[in-house]
This record gives sequence, C-alpha cells and structure tokens, in this order.
Amino acid sequence: MLLQQLINGLTLGGVYALIALGYTMVYGILELINFAHGEIYMLGAYLGIIFLAFFTAAGLTATSLPIALFLTVLLTIIFCSAYGFAMEKTAYKPLRNAPRLSPLISAIGVSIFLQNYVMLTQGATDKVFPYKFSSAGFQFLNVNMTYLQAIIIAVSALLMLLLHLFIQKTRIGKAMRATAQDKTMASLVGINVDIIISATFVIGAGLAAVAGIMVAAYYGLVNYYIGYIAGIKAFTAAVLGGIGSIPGAMLGGIVLGLVESIGAAYISSEYKDAYAFIILIIILLIKPSGILGKTAEEKV
Amino acid sequence: MFVLEVSNLTKRFGGIRAVEDVGFKIRDNSIVSIIGPNGAGKTTLFNCLTGITRPTKGNILFTDKYISKLPPHKTAEMGIARTFQNIRLFSEMTVMENVMVSQHARVRYGLMSAIMKNNGFRKKEQTIREKAFEYLELVGLEEYAGDIADSLPYGSQRRLEIARAMATEPKLILLDEPTAGMNPAETSEVMTLIKKIRELGKTILLIEHDMRLVMGISNWIVVLDHGVKIAEGRPDDIKNDPLVIEAYLGREMSH
Amino acid sequence: MKGNRLIVIPLFAALLLLPFKGIQAAVIMFITVSAGLMLISFLRKYRIPEGFNKIKAGLQIITENSSIKNSIIPLMMIAFLVSPIFLKDYYLDVLIISGIYILLALGLNIIVGFAGLLNLGFAAYYAIGAYAYAIANTKFGLGFWPSLPLSAMFAAIAGLIVAVPALRLRGDYLAIVTLGFGEIVRLVLNNWDSLTNGPNGITEIAPPSLFGFSLGKLQHYYYIVFVFVLLSVFIIRRVELSRIGRAWKAIRENEIAASSTGINATKYKLYAFIFGTFWAGIAGILFAAKMRFVSPESFTFMESVLMLSMVILGGIGNIYGVVAGAFILALLPEVLRGVHDYRMLILGIGLVLLMLFRPQGLWGGHYRRNKKCSS
Repeated sequence: MLLQQLINGLTLGGVYALIALGYTMVYGILELINFAHGEIYMLGAYLGIIFLAFFTAAGLTATSLPIALFLTVLLTIIFCSAYGFAMEKTAYKPLRNAPRLSPLISAIGVSIFLQNYVMLTQGATDKVFPYKFSSAGFQFLNVNMTYLQAIIIAVSALLMLLLHLFIQKTRIGKAMRATAQDKTMASLVGINVDIIISATFVIGAGLAAVAGIMVAAYYGLVNYYIGYIAGIKAFTAAVLGGIGSIPGAMLGGIVLGLVESIGAAYISSEYKDAYAFIILIIILLIKPSGILGKTAEEKV
Repeated sequence: MFVLEVSNLTKRFGGIRAVEDVGFKIRDNSIVSIIGPNGAGKTTLFNCLTGITRPTKGNILFTDKYISKLPPHKTAEMGIARTFQNIRLFSEMTVMENVMVSQHARVRYGLMSAIMKNNGFRKKEQTIREKAFEYLELVGLEEYAGDIADSLPYGSQRRLEIARAMATEPKLILLDEPTAGMNPAETSEVMTLIKKIRELGKTILLIEHDMRLVMGISNWIVVLDHGVKIAEGRPDDIKNDPLVIEAYLGREMSH
Repeated sequence: MKGNRLIVIPLFAALLLLPFKGIQAAVIMFITVSAGLMLISFLRKYRIPEGFNKIKAGLQIITENSSIKNSIIPLMMIAFLVSPIFLKDYYLDVLIISGIYILLALGLNIIVGFAGLLNLGFAAYYAIGAYAYAIANTKFGLGFWPSLPLSAMFAAIAGLIVAVPALRLRGDYLAIVTLGFGEIVRLVLNNWDSLTNGPNGITEIAPPSLFGFSLGKLQHYYYIVFVFVLLSVFIIRRVELSRIGRAWKAIRENEIAASSTGINATKYKLYAFIFGTFWAGIAGILFAAKMRFVSPESFTFMESVLMLSMVILGGIGNIYGVVAGAFILALLPEVLRGVHDYRMLILGIGLVLLMLFRPQGLWGGHYRRNKKCSS
C-alpha cells in the first residue's frame, strides 16, 4: 500500500517538478512569479489532445502509435514554447523596470485570459484524451506500476537530466546561471540578457508542455482550470526546494508529489489540494529559502 | 560624558568578517568621523549601531544603556537617527510628510483619536506639522514642503534625509556619506549644516570620504581597515599616523 | 510601441488560435490584431496623450477646486440617497453588490495600497465574515446586529493569524502565503459539512431587523450598505491622514528607513492586516444578509483577483480611486451583459493593458517606475 503510494507520488512528483522548473528558472532571473506558467501546462494538455485527435483522425495513430505520439509531443512543445516566448515579450518585458507589483498583476491577467480563452474555445466540460493507455504494467512486491507511470517517471527524469546538462555544460546554460546571479554584471560581460530571458521562458514552457501531455494521458481527462491549481502546486514545489535552484525544483516536486499521494491515502483525500499550501506555509515559516536555497541578507 | 561606547564589536556574515573587535567612545556634543577605504566595514558598523543588523559579538552602550540587541525602531526611539549611503527617502510621499513621519515615536495618539479627530488629535497633529516645518527650515527645504520627495534634485534629497533624521529628535545622528556625489558648493553647505546641528547640542557620527571635510570639522577620527580599527585620534594625529597613511591614504593616493 | 511588438503580439494571437480554430481563424486574427495595434500606436503617437491629459486636467480642476468639489459631492450624495425611489429592483441590486465590493476594495487597499503588502487571498476574510453570520444566525439564532461585530472580529482575527507568521516573508512570498490561506479556507468551507454544509452552502439566513421591523427589502439593504460605505470611507480617510497612515506609507516606501525613524514596522503591518480584513468581515456579513445564502463558490481565487483589480484599476493607495475602481468593475458585468461569456477574458486582457500603459491606475498619482516593492 505504501509502496503503491510511493509510485503514484513519484509519477505526480515528476510532473510537478517539470512545471516547477519553469517557475524556478524565471524567478531565478527575473524575480517574477510567472503566474501564467500553469496555463502553459494546461495549454500543453489541450494541445496534446487536439494534435493526437488530429493524427488519430488521419489514421496515423492506428498505423504507428509511437510516431503519432512523437509528433504530438513535438508539435505541442513547439507551440507552447512559442506561447512562452510571446508571453514574455508582450506582457512582462515592457514591465522589467516597473514596480514589482506590475508584472505580477500582468501575469495574473495573462493567466485569466488564457484560462477563459480555452474555456470559450473548448468548452467548460472535461476533455477526453483520445487514446486510452492500457492499465497493464510491471508487477512487483504486490504493487502495480503501469507502463504509462513508468514512462512518465522516465521522461521526467530524462528531461531533468538533459536540463541539468544543458545548464552546466552549454554556453547558453552558463550564461543563464550568470544572468540569474547578477543581471547587470552579465550584460557587462557581453551576455545578451534579453535572449537569455527568452530562452528561459521557451525552455520552461517546453517542459510544462510535456508535463501537460503526460497528465492528460495519465488521467485521461483535462479541464481549463487544471493550470491554476497545478501551477500553484508546482510553485510550492519550487519554493519547497528553494526558489531559483534547479535541483531544488526537482526535489521539491518529488517531495510534494509523495506527500500528496501519501496524505490522500492515509489522512484525507478531500483535503488533497490543501497539503501543498500547508507545506508551503510551513516551509516558508521555518526556512523561507527552501531546502536547497541560500539565505541572503538585504544590502543596506 | 560619553554618549556612545562601543567595545569588542564584531559582525561576521558567514565566514566574512565585516567588523572585527572594534571599540571606541564618543563624547557628548562632538563630531566624530569614521574613515577607511571601501569595504572597511563602516556601513556595517552603522547598521549594528542602529539595530538593522545584530552584531555577532560585543557591546554598544548608548547613554549608559545596552542597545546591541534592540531593533531599529527602538534605537531610534532612544535617540539614534541616521541617514543612508544610498538615499532611502519615502519617495512617493511629500517632503513635509517625509519629515512628519519622524515624529512617530515622539508625538503619539491612538486609532480612536484619529477617527474622532478630537482636540488632542488636532493639537498633536499641529505640533507634528510645526516641528516638521522647523526641521525643513533647518536644511532649507521649507519652500518644497508640498513637493513629492522623489522630484527633488539629488543634493536636496540628501538634505531631506538629514531633516528627517533630525526630526526624530535624536541625541546622536549618524550620517553615512552625506556629501557623496555632491559638488564643492553643495559639500560646503552640508559642512555648515553639520556644524549647525552640533550647535543644536547633537552629537554627530560621520562616515565620509571627503578628507578636507573630515579634517575640517571632526573632533575625533576613527580609522577602519578591513573591519579592524587601525587608529583613532585628533585629525592632526591621524593625518600624520604612518599606519593610516599606509593603509588608507597611501592606497587611495596611489590610484 | 516598439516595432517587434507589432509582430510578436499578432503572431501570439494567431498561434493561440491556430490549433483551436484552424488556419482561417488564425489568419483573420493576425490581420485584425495587427490592424488594431497599428491603430493604437498611431493614436498613441498623435491623439491619446493629449486627450488623456485633457481628461486628467479636467478631473484635477474638479478635485482641487473646493467649490466644485463642495457642490458635486452633496449632489452625488443626494442622487444616491433618492435613487431607490425610482430605480428598478435590478439596478438597486447591482448598486448593493457594488457597495459591498467597494467595502472589500477599501479594506484590501489598506493592506496593498497603504502598507504595500500584496494579498492574493482577500476573499478568505470576506468568506469568514459571511460564514460567521450564516452560522451564528442559522445555528445559534443570533441576529444581524449582534453578529456584525462578530463577523468583523472573526475576519480580523483570521487576518492576524495569517499576518503574524507571514509578515516575516518578502513581498512575493507573502502574496503566495495569502493565496494559500485563501485556498485553505475555501477547501475547509467545502469539506467541513457539519458546520458549513459543504458545497451546498447555508440557506435561509435571516435578513437584518431593527426594532422588530424586518429590513429584508432591497431598499433597506441599499441604505444599510450605503451607510457602511460612507462610514468606511470616512473612517479610513481619517486613519490615512493620521500618524498611522503615514507610518503605513513610510513602510511601503522604504521599510528600513521607516524603522530607522522609529516605526515598529512589524506592528504596523499587523495593524494594516487587522484593519483591512475588518472591512472584509463587514462586507461578508452584508453579503450573507443580502443573499440570505452563502456557499464556497462565492469566495474563489477569482474573487480575490477581482478585488485586487479594483484596487489597482482606480489607483492603488488612493481611496477615491479605489471606490471608483470597485464601482466600475462591479458594474462592468452588467454593462457587458451582451458579451457575458467574454467578461473574464476581457478582465484578463484589461489587467495586462492596464499594467502596460497605466500601472498607477486611472486616478493614481505618480507611482514611480523603476522601484521595487519595499517589503
């Protein structure tokens, strides 16, 4: 029973971690809570359904499921990344020097807009994922891990590894870290901060898109408001691990996923959504810098 | 006799020693300057004295009371006021309001008097206004009382910070580079202002880079380098102290 | 408007439409948005600043000229006082709800506008005020007037409970904790069936009564809400202009400088939370008494966002601006009745546009750019 919950929690946690990465990367560089990030994930889920339905109608799913899935994921990532890019350019970039409240409100505005946009075009009722994955899977120690769960965990782990390598090894990745540390310094040494910020949004949106498709496939159903609650939870995960810290977001996501599924199983499933907030409040009160974050004192 | 007695004061940030085992005393109604190269720990020392950061070790005795564990609003209430190296005005409030805020701990009334606007409230608000205006006159900003603080030119903003500090009615006033970024004319105005403040019976502790100003008005000088006190004394002694010349003046000159 | 934004925005709109509505719709969208943007940038260049400045100058004359002010305010008072006599019930209903929102926005403005502390869960205190009366009335038979201080107190205590730990946090974190608290309150209301009756809510809440007369008619509610709005404006304005209000604003502008002038910043932030949430409690009981029904659905995150939008739209920190902002946004759904479904969509775009073009709000003064939140 506990082991089963651990597997469920790990599946959920991987998804939270993918979304949390987008929050933490943006916050690391801009100190902005990108409120609309959860909506990118929601759009990812919807786009996944739309594209896969299109390929199903075209007959591709029947002939070759992997190709259909691959194309769906690819297209969804491209579209969501474009949304992430455009969102930053239109709603945040002009406010980069504005009081801190302004970009936050702007982000809330984008979030409301995207939610309602999807509700108006796709309807307020649940949308069904066009392919049903089998519930078969690996059996061990009396627990069942479906193939889909295994795929989700594996994909999450793989993407996190890739991101880690990207940040550590590539030029853009290093420039990102430099920008997160000190924007002015970074621009002085010749880093194009605008491009780095755009890249951050594009990567974050791409990860959220994958998370969206995986959740749509896992639950089989999506709704236009899933972005808000998942977004808040992922943000919690980011804070939990230490906002601005990429390994922190990964760790935070997994911890949150585990707490949620274990809490739902052993304490109460009605308050499932409240656990994230309770953890968030507790962690902020005990160690506001998060598990892996550093404390910084304000300069006077 | 002494307004402020600092002993063994130490402040470490993680492994970095910002201030190490510093001690000095300040006589009532004197002008004391703290000098030293950048990163010597001068501002950290100010932050410790005003309670913005808590010292790692050591004692601060202000008018014979220990204050090293008090928060900033308490030290202000006891009579320590300060200005900031990077100006920290209430930018969106008027010049007058900036100074009125400083009467917070001096003239008090509660929520109910404010809502009822009773006689006590009116009298007290009147007092606050009059006092605030007095301090604006002291620094020569009374004409701009109704302007938004942020709209003032740079030099006036620095003087407004001094007025705001004075309006807390302190015994000791800490000025953190009050002439930074000023032209010679403005600098000499500030110098006159500091002397005027002293004549009002206040004690002044000054962080300053302008050596002419420091040597011209200080009664006593404390020299810090890398968080350690390397010398203290009268301006003439400091001028000729080989340690100071080597550690501070020499290095600055060679630039 | 920079050149690349003229391309990025229409492209964004088109890309957004493409997977959902097909190529044709996307192309149409691209052309429409491009044309719209060009029109806007053209107008901004030649007309709007002038026009806006004229309106602003006009408003300034009204607000600064005391004789005009002195004649307009009583006229408005009289208009509001007599309107129930000839207004249809429907409009009266809208005005009552607007009044309740004004109270909420004024309360939130104390926290966000005066003290500069972002709060994204203000609906929670509104809910607590409403449920306090609903439960006190239906379970314990307590009337409206004795419940009034109770509701306000419960909301203020909740404000205090959140504020004590949360105020140690920096701006954004504080916003998230308040949001989290708002969600927790809603979840509790949804799930604590024995006390709150869960998602079905509490029905048959008694209307207020006075000396044995039931005040259950719309006209009665109208006047009750009207009195509370006047009272709140009056009281909050006086507090704003006292040492308490100055302390709040000083903390908002620069907390370190404020504490160096002798202000106990933590204490005054707590005061702001208590005083602000107090009005949310009052708004809550008025809402419960007017609707005679409460359910968790009325207290969602979107409500909190709406309240914040009201504060920001009118001009953060400015009481009269906030009243106007609340009034406009509360009336907007009625004005936009024809395009009712698009209401939230428009609100979302509106918030972004407001931040881009007038971050200080319609009536806000001089919210300086290039400044970080002080908390």
